[in-house]
Amino acid sequence: MTVITTAADAEALTLTIVAEFDAAPDRVWDVWEDPRQLERWWGPPTFPATFTRHDFVVGGESRYFMTGPAGETPHGWWRIDTIDKPHRLDFANGLAGDDGEPVPGVEPMSGSVTFEATGKGTRMTAVTRFTDAAQMQAMLDMGMQDGMTQAIEQIDVLLSPATV
Amino acid sequence: MVVDHRVAEHEIDRIFGALADGTRRDILRRAIGDEQSVSALAGRYAMSFAAVQKHVAVLERATLVTKERRGREQIVHANRATVGRAATLLDHYEQLWIQRAERIADILANPTGEPT
Repeated sequence: MTVITTAADAEALTLTIVAEFDAAPDRVWDVWEDPRQLERWWGPPTFPATFTRHDFVVGGESRYFMTGPAGETPHGWWRIDTIDKPHRLDFANGLAGDDGEPVPGVEPMSGSVTFEATGKGTRMTAVTRFTDAAQMQAMLDMGMQDGMTQAIEQIDVLLSPATV
Repeated sequence: MVVDHRVAEHEIDRIFGALADGTRRDILRRAIGDEQSVSALAGRYAMSFAAVQKHVAVLERATLVTKERRGREQIVHANRATVGRAATLLDHYEQLWIQRAERIADILANPTGEPT
């Protein structure tokens, strides 16, 4: 069972998510480093992500797009700022234009992910820091309506008495 | 179920800008509990009446509160719809990450992506 807790701070514009997985830190690190695994979880199932570039070194960049149900393809990019395998990963995540390249003048969000070994597996803490509220809204707009629907479905599952 | 929580970007900037100040958050918290007169609020903070009025005006521009004149008093009410929308923005992003963590757990349990 994955244990997930989140803390949102509207003042600092940060979102922290802590998840515990039944796998070693090296294994959890893989889902970030390997683009084929990354694209299996980065976008919602109805907005799957395709990473066309994932230069996983300090200073390296990634390019990806998501494919929506109506064929829309919002683009995004990463820049890797810190790699301390399998302990810490810092990266910038921004919006890209239709050409797949970063939109000039639009600040990226920053993500910091830490991986700690626990007795049973790994505790992964991902902190997203937004630079301003407008940027937060822009990121939310990427595939968000489907995310909402799924969230509601998940709540239904959680409320079902058969779920333990 | 379709819920449109989108808010104009400048409006969101004003909301988060208004919430970025501790005094304004405190004023808003009190107004959410019960209506507040500006003079009563001014008595709570070590600042001038005019300074408190300015903070209320920032909250008002962000549509987090509304102000009503009652006799010689100005009464501040929280605008619950806006307060809820500001919180909703982060909720959406939170849901996105919860789902990502669940998908990571699925991948760890099923590395090849073969149907289970």
